[in-house]
Amino acid sequence: MTATETDRTAVMNTFSDMMPEFFRIVRTQKNTHDTFTIELEPPSKIFSFEPGQFNMLYHFGEVPISICGDPADRGKLVHTIRAVGTVTRALQKLKKGDAIGIRGPFGTHWPVNESFGSDIMIIAGGIGLPPLRPSIYHILANREKYGKVVLLYGTRTPEDILYRKELELWRSRFDMEVHITVDRASSDWKGNVGVVTTLIPRSHFDPLNTVAMLVGPEIMMRFTVQELQKRGVAAENIYISMERNMKCGVGFCGHCQCGPTFICKDGPVYPYPAIKDVFVKREI
Amino acid sequence: MKTNEQTQPVVIDGKNFDALFRALSKRGYDIIGPTVQEGAIVYDSISDGSALPSGWTDEQEAGKYRLVNKKDKALFGFSSSPQSWKKFIHPPALKLWESKRNGNRITISAGPAAQQKFAFVGVRACDLSAIGVLDKVFVNSPFTDAGYQSRRSDILIIAINCTKSGGTCFCASMNAGPEVSAGYDIVLTEVITKDRHYFLAAGGTKPGVEIIKDIPHAEADVYEIEVAAELVAKTAGEMKRKVDTNNIREILFRNSENNRWNETAKRCLTCANCTMVCPTCFCTTIEDFTDLTGKEASRVRKWDSCFTMDFTYIHGGSIRSSVYSRYRQWLTHKFAAWQDQFETYGCVGCGRCITWCPVGIDITEEIQAIRNTDKDNPSITSTKENR
Amino acid sequence: MMETLEPLLVEHPFLKGLDQKHIQLITGCASNVRFDSGQIIFREGEEADQFYIIRQGKVALQIYTPGRGSIIIDTLTDGEVLGWSWLIPPYQWRFDAVATELTRAIALDGKCLRNKCEADHDLGYELLKRFSSIVESRLESTRIRLLDIYDSNGNG
Repeated sequence: MTATETDRTAVMNTFSDMMPEFFRIVRTQKNTHDTFTIELEPPSKIFSFEPGQFNMLYHFGEVPISICGDPADRGKLVHTIRAVGTVTRALQKLKKGDAIGIRGPFGTHWPVNESFGSDIMIIAGGIGLPPLRPSIYHILANREKYGKVVLLYGTRTPEDILYRKELELWRSRFDMEVHITVDRASSDWKGNVGVVTTLIPRSHFDPLNTVAMLVGPEIMMRFTVQELQKRGVAAENIYISMERNMKCGVGFCGHCQCGPTFICKDGPVYPYPAIKDVFVKREI
Repeated sequence: MKTNEQTQPVVIDGKNFDALFRALSKRGYDIIGPTVQEGAIVYDSISDGSALPSGWTDEQEAGKYRLVNKKDKALFGFSSSPQSWKKFIHPPALKLWESKRNGNRITISAGPAAQQKFAFVGVRACDLSAIGVLDKVFVNSPFTDAGYQSRRSDILIIAINCTKSGGTCFCASMNAGPEVSAGYDIVLTEVITKDRHYFLAAGGTKPGVEIIKDIPHAEADVYEIEVAAELVAKTAGEMKRKVDTNNIREILFRNSENNRWNETAKRCLTCANCTMVCPTCFCTTIEDFTDLTGKEASRVRKWDSCFTMDFTYIHGGSIRSSVYSRYRQWLTHKFAAWQDQFETYGCVGCGRCITWCPVGIDITEEIQAIRNTDKDNPSITSTKENR
Repeated sequence: MMETLEPLLVEHPFLKGLDQKHIQLITGCASNVRFDSGQIIFREGEEADQFYIIRQGKVALQIYTPGRGSIIIDTLTDGEVLGWSWLIPPYQWRFDAVATELTRAIALDGKCLRNKCEADHDLGYELLKRFSSIVESRLESTRIRLLDIYDSNGNG
């Protein structure tokens, strides 16, 4: 057990940890052409989680989705979802008042409380920004405990940028550096075009005292880890979030195994050395 | 697993073996034991000794299984069956819950709880070890499958030592048999000679000892004990196959690109037979059902196999799509990753995967082939190539 | 004017490690330039006579496609080098370059430098070494974007 693992001794009565609780939607919002956010009200009025954890969302089928709300606001549960399959497309059609089954929170969390005094690099690719947003909220709520805070965000085109208003808010702060890039853009885009690793040289952080948290497509994480290490960030200070097929979320169905690790309970957040051996192997 | 106390073994005459069933029925057990069905040994409900496969033995080899009737009196003269005891403690299909929607209200209720109090008659050492492995899988940290726990907790285990090796057995090299060592309520050894047919029996727990008291028996003498012990010892020596488990974890992890996987991938059909017959494979999938009105829904958990094409489906593709990667996953999990996860091997040497593979892939041969071509093996004299 | 540029050039990572003689050769071809926001720096098809070391600002590399307008395929900012077509025949710009904000840069006379490189192969080799590294990193960035990893069906 590392310091970042959630200490949970839940007894899985095959019937209870596999049984969803139904939460009502209080608000839906369209983010981009294929991504939307739902805010849910917990039936027990309180839902606690650690940044980096995920829930299994049930709507006539189940999908694992990262929790992306503010961990300090326990009165609501927020999920940003990309509509890519049957269940997520069905979720996209729901409205205020509809109910979704929730199981969770599951998994390990970002080392936000173990990184006091360090510079923080948060690097998100595409739909990787939502799982990191709870960390951003937590860090900003405890800003004086950290050194420099840098957010790097890369996505496909300007139309795919999530949380624009919040990004502008964060960028306007004097105590946070925000750099955004896209893979390509139309000529009215005034921002950066290029892969997210090109933002690293422009960021201000002390590689010898930085904790980096990365989420994105595996290719993006692979290149970003390399770039960070090239600049002197130690492997054990780099954290990534892994993703695999999940059916149960509690380590019994076997689907999320990646080598010897179960992504649902040993992850999804890992310090890089813990996952490095399987990360570089193919088809593992 | 139950912890066992050493008790004095007794001798039960072959003709009194039926008394075991009466003793079990009296105590309200649902008795499961071996039967002959459709040309194979099948573990099923039995009520008395007449249903046991008297005189039957099996011939097993890679990709081959035949039952042969020797027409002797042996009740347990066969080796591993196509299915293990896994299907009783980890059911192939299990309804987890049902839900109903009434307007805006949704109610959800758990599926049926385990009802039966099982007595397993004739659990071989490999299968008993396998039950111990599943205990480690499901009674775990940080989650415990309480459904498994409740199904498992009251099972009475009447184990049996093997007195002949099956054609594909290799439990001796996996330290999982042929002698039953722990986790039983009663352990038997069947001895058939020219003049006698008896069972050496020892109780391992209080319930086991009590049941033996209900069966006509005599104290076992030194000679009877010795004969039984020799039979079991000879069985270990008879096994045609073995696995060298020395350093197997490191060897498998560092040979993920070994060319042998390519060779095996040409043969493997990914039919998933091996995972179905394996007594320790535990992967499942979840199926959610809804009726047409959307008012009733349920969730069922079913056995699944890492050999299926979409086992690792995510983002428009499967992580392990090649046959190479799927076979490698299964073998590496069984002998290497399992140790990281559960501090035990995932294989008990029962040989079922070898017998039931339609193309006869032999896991012991695969492991030896990897060992032989392990470039990092200091004892293999070859120049170290750049990887 | 050129004398005041030498300290700037010497500090720049692109020119680091060059010996004094070469630095002077390059400085001889350098000038200070400034582009307003929206100003076109060069257009696809024009003769590539110069390259730029961006001191401060942002430049978008664009390509025009009928029906889709101009697409930005790369942006360069402080400290980055803009343009290598001056090195490779037929010495023509392949893309448009537009300043997306007020940009100050050092312009280097490519035509002049080309001749100097022909005369002094050591200088040529040093410049080509540096440019290969730039091209390599731009190519890598381009290749990764070719995979379209953020696409919903992409191998993410």
